[in-house]
Amino acid sequence: MAREITIKEAIREALDQEMQRDPTVILMGEDIVGGTGSPGEDDAWGGAMGVYKGLFGKYGNRLLDTPLSESAFIGAAIGAATCGMRPVAELMFIDFLGVCFDQIYNQAAKFRYMFGGKAETPVVIRTMYGAGISAASQHSQTLTPIFTHIPGLKVVCPSTPYDAKGLMIQSIRDNDPVIFCEHKNTYDLVGDVPEESYTIPFAEANILREGDDVTIVTYGLMVHRAVEAAKQLAKDGIECEVIDLRTLSPIDMETVIESVENTGKLVVVDEANPRCSIASDISATVAQQAFKALKAPIEMVTSPHTPVPFSPDLEKFYIPSTEKIIASVQKTLSY
Amino acid sequence: MSNNPFPLNRDELLRAYRIMKTIREFEERVHVEFATGDLPGFVHLYAGEEASGAGIMMNLRQDDHISSTHRGHGHCIAKGVEVKGMVAELYGRSTGTCHGKGGSMHIADLDMGMMGANGILGAGAPLACGAALASKYKNDGTVGISFLGDGASNAGNFLESLNLAAVWDLPAIFVVENNGYAQSTSRDYAVAVDSYVDRAVGFGMPGVTVDGTDFFAVHEAAGEMISRAREGGGPSLLECNMIRFYGHFEGDAQTYRGQGEVDEIRKNRDCLKKFIQQVTQTKALKQSDLDGIDQEISVLINQAFDEAQKAPRPTEADLLTDVYISY
Amino acid sequence: MTSTIIKAITMPKWGLTMKEGLVGDWLIEEGDTIDSGMEVVDVETDKITSAVEVADSGTLRRTVAVPGETLPVGAMLGVIAEAEVSDEELDAFIQEFQENFVPEEADEADSGPKTETAQIGELKINFLRQGSAEKTAVLLHGFGGDLNNWLFNHMALIENRTVIAIDLPGHGSSSKTVGDGSFAFMANTIQQLMKELDVSKADWVGHSMGGAIALQLAQSHPTLVRSLTLIGSAGLGAEINADYLRGFTQSESRRELKPHVQQLFKDPSLVTRQLVDDLLKFKRIDGVQACLQTITDCFIDEGHQGENLRNVLEAQDIPALVIWGAEDQIIPANHASDLPSQDNVHILEDGGHMVQMESATEVNKLITDFWKD
Repeated sequence: MAREITIKEAIREALDQEMQRDPTVILMGEDIVGGTGSPGEDDAWGGAMGVYKGLFGKYGNRLLDTPLSESAFIGAAIGAATCGMRPVAELMFIDFLGVCFDQIYNQAAKFRYMFGGKAETPVVIRTMYGAGISAASQHSQTLTPIFTHIPGLKVVCPSTPYDAKGLMIQSIRDNDPVIFCEHKNTYDLVGDVPEESYTIPFAEANILREGDDVTIVTYGLMVHRAVEAAKQLAKDGIECEVIDLRTLSPIDMETVIESVENTGKLVVVDEANPRCSIASDISATVAQQAFKALKAPIEMVTSPHTPVPFSPDLEKFYIPSTEKIIASVQKTLSY
Repeated sequence: MSNNPFPLNRDELLRAYRIMKTIREFEERVHVEFATGDLPGFVHLYAGEEASGAGIMMNLRQDDHISSTHRGHGHCIAKGVEVKGMVAELYGRSTGTCHGKGGSMHIADLDMGMMGANGILGAGAPLACGAALASKYKNDGTVGISFLGDGASNAGNFLESLNLAAVWDLPAIFVVENNGYAQSTSRDYAVAVDSYVDRAVGFGMPGVTVDGTDFFAVHEAAGEMISRAREGGGPSLLECNMIRFYGHFEGDAQTYRGQGEVDEIRKNRDCLKKFIQQVTQTKALKQSDLDGIDQEISVLINQAFDEAQKAPRPTEADLLTDVYISY
Repeated sequence: MTSTIIKAITMPKWGLTMKEGLVGDWLIEEGDTIDSGMEVVDVETDKITSAVEVADSGTLRRTVAVPGETLPVGAMLGVIAEAEVSDEELDAFIQEFQENFVPEEADEADSGPKTETAQIGELKINFLRQGSAEKTAVLLHGFGGDLNNWLFNHMALIENRTVIAIDLPGHGSSSKTVGDGSFAFMANTIQQLMKELDVSKADWVGHSMGGAIALQLAQSHPTLVRSLTLIGSAGLGAEINADYLRGFTQSESRRELKPHVQQLFKDPSLVTRQLVDDLLKFKRIDGVQACLQTITDCFIDEGHQGENLRNVLEAQDIPALVIWGAEDQIIPANHASDLPSQDNVHILEDGGHMVQMESATEVNKLITDFWKD
């Protein structure tokens, strides 16, 4: 049966169901239980955003609060993964990748390849990204391109509760290292989610809205802005096809190309900074593979080449807005 | 008449010798071959440090895990990684341990509990913690051992791992193979404390210093720590003071070392000579036993290099394989 | 005497979750004559695209809904009246309707019927029960389907039956286990469900695999069966599109699945992206793949149907109605030939395998008429 739950609840449910099914699944991260060693209540936080709340009661020491040592505990998760466990480790903010990135991109990502196909590293690293809550420069970035760039890593970015649960279950069952990216401003979005466990394959983009006039490709929070833009444009008779990539590595370019071959116009929306972004990656690939189909230059709607500002007034200008998406669509149509 | 005062039986003594001698012969041969220019990339030789690797690994089972450093040949051999595969790997051939994809710095064999030599110093410490963590969940009594050098012992990875292992009470042993130099930088300069035991205690675990050129001293100290860890006694740190015969990497002129320093240590601080002396003088083993092993090792090394030099090279198609299990 | 009866054509409710529909093209014009069962206007929902069929007859006097507009369930689409009715009366009718029309609330607690569940041993069975007639009818969907397969039929059938549409084991929201995958297992589970629901006899309507299950039930528990309506039913012959079953079961992506699903309909354009996506969502639930495979393995023997239940109709005295789409690409319509009561065999021109959806009005009428007898 499906019922409406939030993205936060969907992720929790995925973790719960997988822990139930597979005893090798363990969770670790800072404050994921909260209160370890303190005199107050157990399970005081259940994670910085409360994603884990209630799981400690069910699974006890399969949830580990960690000291403030990303390199050590992310590395430990990775090491444990090569030894038969299926850890889900939390990198609280994607911005913190700097303090532990070696373990992720030089170790986990490369074991399979460097060791000649003999290592399995089924680790999932959950992390929060994105701006919009005035968390300022060091807690608001969208560093998804950095992970996407690394061969050996898989990068997953759900935008809805249905996708969050299915992709988390898929990520845990996947035998390669997966970076599971959650936009910090989407935890309370609701949607229909089946009670049962289910999976969603990687490299399958979701078409949220069909249309023949222009293709909009995006992921994460920007999916919802793109859908809003499409609704507004529809009032003027412009039909946009909105594609949610869902996974950045592997990526479903087939769906994107197919759509562009039909519409001839492409707008890519990406909250990451523009240089070497997901937007530039997709644009280059489409220009290469669907050149003849294009009837207008590709438009990219991204944040600017700046750190994320603190002031809410500035942050609003920073994040790609629905209006900017609409303007880009109209620009492609003016050719 | 043999008189064995050591806590290892005859077979174990022979095995210890075999391990150390194999490492020595392997490294010496690599040294020679590397000079011809036929070995691609970089190699970092373990010659002179054999007693540490052998002394520790003789306490381990196949399913115990170790993480190593860039100077990993000795750890690999001591942990039971197949020599022929290792040589082929150095040559980048498809018959190599890692099918030519890893090279000297990344030789690994997870089936033998060898989590890999590592090009990033200190990166193995968290990984060994991970192995130890898995051991706790699997309840299989295994341990995770992290080998590091004196240089890597300053890396954040290592220090974080010490704390993590203590906080989580992991069956983890951190072995600081202090050979006095981190590349060209002396340990005395780069490490503020006199002994790594101070760091161990500072992070909440016991630590012991041993002469890393004394196989028996290493074996005993490590044995105690490993048994304690297996029984749930938590992590420890072992400081093995030793020397390396060769430079940081092959090609390193070692101008940072004192005049005659290398000759002196080869003459007076060779752990293999020490071991031979110890076992033959007590008559625990006979020289002829050792000669027999020498002969076998010589054949093995020659075969390994011959075969490796003729082994097939990987093809362009191999370039793209094994990035993922499935994509 | 002129009839002053004015009837509104309204946005139908197709299935439980439909809240609104996007109006497409009108298929007839103002002034055209409407026969009962005629398709008058295309409507697209997020689940399916279909044409609104009107039960009433008369003349289409006004098209109220405009192509491209989205209207809630129950909203006025058009007006049917005789030619003689005056424009003023039509205007007044329309005005009154629109003033009094209240669309059902989006988050109303009792917005429409709710499904129920029953625990049968280790299985949880999901079903939709509507109507309050004394006699009961049970609808059994086919392979890979669920109770929403009857979305165009359910409401029409509750006139003189309490209608129970079941999610079979392994399907819909019921538990994802199917025992040995046999029709006997399914029939057995359903029989226990009937006991649980205190139903001692029912009119059974089975589509495809559901038909075979109904036949199985008639064989093993004849007292439960008042009549059988078999639509594109399995169990009546050897031939079956085994490729479809295999393709449906093994497809893992939208691209792979779509062409298989299109075989179910005479008009493949009815297969919207949403329909395929919903099927994929179902197939991706843990256990579904295994269920579908188990059923197929049990049912198919070297590309043919393994079970022949024709004798149930031939040997027993159960009133039976057999409906088939002439363009059925899954189970051939000739399986309906040479059955005992040929009067009650209807092969509909405009239908494929999903004839109960494609020719809903006609199918509903056949069934309700059949039940009246």
